Amino acid sequence: MITINIQNNIAVLGINIANQPMNVLNNESIPALSEALEKVYTNPDVKGIILTSERPEFIAGADLKMILQNNGRAPEELFKLSMSLNTIFRKMETNGKPIVAAMNGTALGGGYEVCLACHHRVALNNPKSIIGLPEVTIGLLPGGGGTQRLPRMIGMEAAAPLLLEGKRVSPKDALAFGMVDQLADSPEEMFQKAVEWIEAHPIAVQPWDEVDKKTGKIKARENFKVPGGNVLTPKGVQLMMGGTAMTLAKTQGNYPAPIEIMSCVYEGLLVNIDRGIVIEARHFVKVANSSVAKNLIRTTFFGLNEVNKGAGRPKNVPATQINSIGILGAGMMGAGIAYVSAQAGLKVVLKDTSLENAEKGKDYSRKLLQKGIERGKMTAEKAEQILALIQTTDIYESLQDVDLIIEAVFENPSLKANVTQEAEKFLREDGVFASNTSTLPITELAKATQKQENFIGIHFFSPVDKMQLVEIIVGKQTSDYALAMAMDYVKKIRKTPIVVNDSRGFYTSRVFSTYTAEGLELLRDGVNPVVIENVAKQIGFPVGPLAVSDEVALDLAYKISHESVQAGVLSPDDTAYLISKQFTEMGRLGKKAKAGFYEYPDPSTGKKKYLWEGLSQLFPLNSVQPSAEDIKQRLFYRQVLETVKCFEEGVLRTPLDADLGSIFAWGFPAYLGGTLSFVDTVGIVDFVKECDRLADTYGERFRPTTQLREMAKANKGFY
Amino acid sequence: MNEAYIYDAVRTPRGRGKSDGSLHDIQPVQLAQQVLEQLRDRNQLDTSLVDDVIMGCVTPIGEQGADIARTAVLAAGYPQSVAGVQINRFCSSGLEAVNMAAAYIMSGQQELIVAGGIESMSRVAMGADGGAMMMNPQLIATHKFVPQGISADLIATKYGYSRQAVDQFAVISQQRAAVAHADGRFSHSMFGVKDEIGIEVLNYDEGMRPDTTVEGLAKLRPSFEMMGQMGLDQLALMKYPELNEINHVHHAGNSSQIVDGSAGILIGNKAIGEKLGLKPRAKISAFGVCGSEPTIMLTGPIPATQKVLKRNGMNIQDIDLFEINEAFAAIPMLFMDVLGVDHSKVNVNGGAIALGHPLGATGAIILMTLLDELERTGKGTGLASLCIGGGMGIATVIERI
Repeated sequence: MITINIQNNIAVLGINIANQPMNVLNNESIPALSEALEKVYTNPDVKGIILTSERPEFIAGADLKMILQNNGRAPEELFKLSMSLNTIFRKMETNGKPIVAAMNGTALGGGYEVCLACHHRVALNNPKSIIGLPEVTIGLLPGGGGTQRLPRMIGMEAAAPLLLEGKRVSPKDALAFGMVDQLADSPEEMFQKAVEWIEAHPIAVQPWDEVDKKTGKIKARENFKVPGGNVLTPKGVQLMMGGTAMTLAKTQGNYPAPIEIMSCVYEGLLVNIDRGIVIEARHFVKVANSSVAKNLIRTTFFGLNEVNKGAGRPKNVPATQINSIGILGAGMMGAGIAYVSAQAGLKVVLKDTSLENAEKGKDYSRKLLQKGIERGKMTAEKAEQILALIQTTDIYESLQDVDLIIEAVFENPSLKANVTQEAEKFLREDGVFASNTSTLPITELAKATQKQENFIGIHFFSPVDKMQLVEIIVGKQTSDYALAMAMDYVKKIRKTPIVVNDSRGFYTSRVFSTYTAEGLELLRDGVNPVVIENVAKQIGFPVGPLAVSDEVALDLAYKISHESVQAGVLSPDDTAYLISKQFTEMGRLGKKAKAGFYEYPDPSTGKKKYLWEGLSQLFPLNSVQPSAEDIKQRLFYRQVLETVKCFEEGVLRTPLDADLGSIFAWGFPAYLGGTLSFVDTVGIVDFVKECDRLADTYGERFRPTTQLREMAKANKGFY
Repeated sequence: MNEAYIYDAVRTPRGRGKSDGSLHDIQPVQLAQQVLEQLRDRNQLDTSLVDDVIMGCVTPIGEQGADIARTAVLAAGYPQSVAGVQINRFCSSGLEAVNMAAAYIMSGQQELIVAGGIESMSRVAMGADGGAMMMNPQLIATHKFVPQGISADLIATKYGYSRQAVDQFAVISQQRAAVAHADGRFSHSMFGVKDEIGIEVLNYDEGMRPDTTVEGLAKLRPSFEMMGQMGLDQLALMKYPELNEINHVHHAGNSSQIVDGSAGILIGNKAIGEKLGLKPRAKISAFGVCGSEPTIMLTGPIPATQKVLKRNGMNIQDIDLFEINEAFAAIPMLFMDVLGVDHSKVNVNGGAIALGHPLGATGAIILMTLLDELERTGKGTGLASLCIGGGMGIATVIERI
């Protein structure tokens, strides 16, 4: 696990955690590292130590499985665990022998904290290596002394973005930040520089330590001066209030880790390094035990990886062949799908009713690629290659033998049926036909085709190039083969697929509509619309329900809800239906009409959009306004309950698809782990109780399902 | 219970709180010392009868540190038997000192106290003492602490005070101060500060700008806009979801001036006055403090006034004159609107916008300005109140004898 090579009085410790896909810090590697270090500390022949890795990466971080398993343990135990790692790091600093980190590759999180505990850092200048402390992005904080050593090394201000945003940098940038001390162009040079440093520093003491004059031992220095200023300086004070404000402005206080990190720096830098590390460990216990860390690690780390690897793909189907794709309709969606497909190296046939329209669709790619060139993310040559992959056309014959066709024309069933029949003839014999509809039932659309088993829904989100999620909809007749091919395609374009079964609005559109619908219920109840919008943003939604209704367009909402009413699945008294009808009739169609719930002043005026004054006449403010807490609960519970119903009805196949779909399709807050993790975060018993309270107060739409009551009885959640 | 009487009150002029201010080369302890000397000299006071000197000071570090009240006692040559204590309840410290003195006297535990305050803002910068409230991330995040200017602008936004309205208020403050100064209304309490060799360095409130106009003020840039854009507005708004943004209306011209100054009020029971042959000028009849919402922070004068009046069986109509500290224009404006008090009764001789706000001393200064004006106009009852950092308010009622 850790090899020791001693040459010319210098011990080289090589880390190689062979039973893991990458070098990680876990219950096995940490004791092994400690043991190897002890051996060389006590070996009188060893004058200096070089710590390196025998794999491409240095250390990729702590084992998150271990972190997840520890979530919920007693604080005393977690604190002890955290301190045991810190004791090893602290001994590295104070053992007296110089230790140099020879950072041959990526060093993240705990991996970089090992380097911080060394006396000197030489990094191999490989631009692909990444260095940083990304703990905050999964709800954690650097608990191996990172919040203490980094600001003591490079100053609080420089450390702030690295700690608070989890910024990852290349070795070159790490040198500029002061995160590493030297770069080397080759492994040989790296070791040579490490050796030279050791020879020049036979006794190594960290700047925050000093040699005790009486005992000769290395101990924590009192009154250490932090580079750039201590906490108790006007600048430090400003940094604390300003930094806290900026952090909260970004997180709305929904993510505890950044504030805990600020606390580590604030409290920890007021005392010596020994006590600072104890303080950090306490804050680490808080975040490691938080529901936010649990949710982020489970859903957005492990869950996302699992789904991206194709968790929902039928195992019995061998890899499918997709080299070319036909796209029907070069509107905004079609143009976006063409762009992401060409970027993935697929041959694209982009068809519209005229060549001019198809070229307009291709212009979208031209524009994005040009932007990429301007930002230095794309070469002109590469852009040319990508563009060459997109063939525009106005005739169906051009689709001859494509592997996959995605139809992205207007949401009109008869139009869709028509183009499907025209195009299908040219599809490869065993090709798959997909519709990019956001609401129309796939099983119905499939009826237009010759091979219903090869028909599937591939629902992209707008803008296609930015939205990571794709919702794959399996119709009644859809085969495993078609599903496998759709997933292989989504993997090729490097997007995240969730798989759902057919139903009106599928999963994402259906649940998302409850978010806007509850916003309208609140409005109808006479709740101050400013408060509705601001509370929605405070609890973590990217856009308030009224603003997003305007963006979707109220005539579209009316059209969809009208269809539901006609189909008998929605009551004609439904609030969202009635309000969207009323606004459509008034001509206040939303953002596109520059009038909806908001007013949209001409951009030339420099004025931002603002809530329409007329709302106060249509929906007079109730003299009693609900608490922000109740508004929050209504917005959350409505969506979560609808998700539960999707799950119970079999629209959703796994809780993970529900969670990832909610986060990536409409921005359900990630700190809650998604719509079903929400139930587990609250706790099933409390969740059901709160549903009943909301139902008693605000209406039957909040009443929990029978299945939920049974789950509560058994105290069993979704995970 | 004993009565607490005001026998005399003195203050320094307020010098501009910058390195070019006239009091900048006078040490803080010297300002406080001259206040004590004045009280002694103009009353031929037997200082051995003084039990204690209570001085407010909001930034008690550096040369204002280490109990500046006791230091000033010794510097002024009061007998060593006179104690001294420095207190800090932020901007209300000078009035808090008075209230504490009154409480000591009324309880019968002490007989004669000098209460006041000192702040040399040109020499010890506001905020230089730090404090968990200003920098502890967890507390800031939980309670949404923001700098006072943001709070003042939040008040203006929430209660609809436009830039024009707050500027108009500031102009009135300047005009009233100018009239009061020209009329000699401050000269009863104010004495000229002298330097080491006895030469007078300042004998008037230095910050007055009698020619201020609304048009002139309109040109000033809001002081807290940039700070607000760096996340602080959003921090404050998390508590006020009914607002979309903060309208930044306050600036140097409609906020209290940063100045140097000191003040002291001689407070004692009836018997000590008789013994010293001093005539009581007023009775301290009611006082108290309260806490209020800490993010908007500066609305405290309203609940503090309500609380003090209620507990003492009084109502707002019983008060003839008010001094409401002009920390920012919006504070007295809100006070008048909520409590239904006419502007003709409030800050009739201007306020801190025109005259300055030496943090630790202001409470005592506005109380003596109030007393002088009650005497000048033959009125009976006055109330002084200040908003306080961290979300608090203070109020004190005095009645002329």
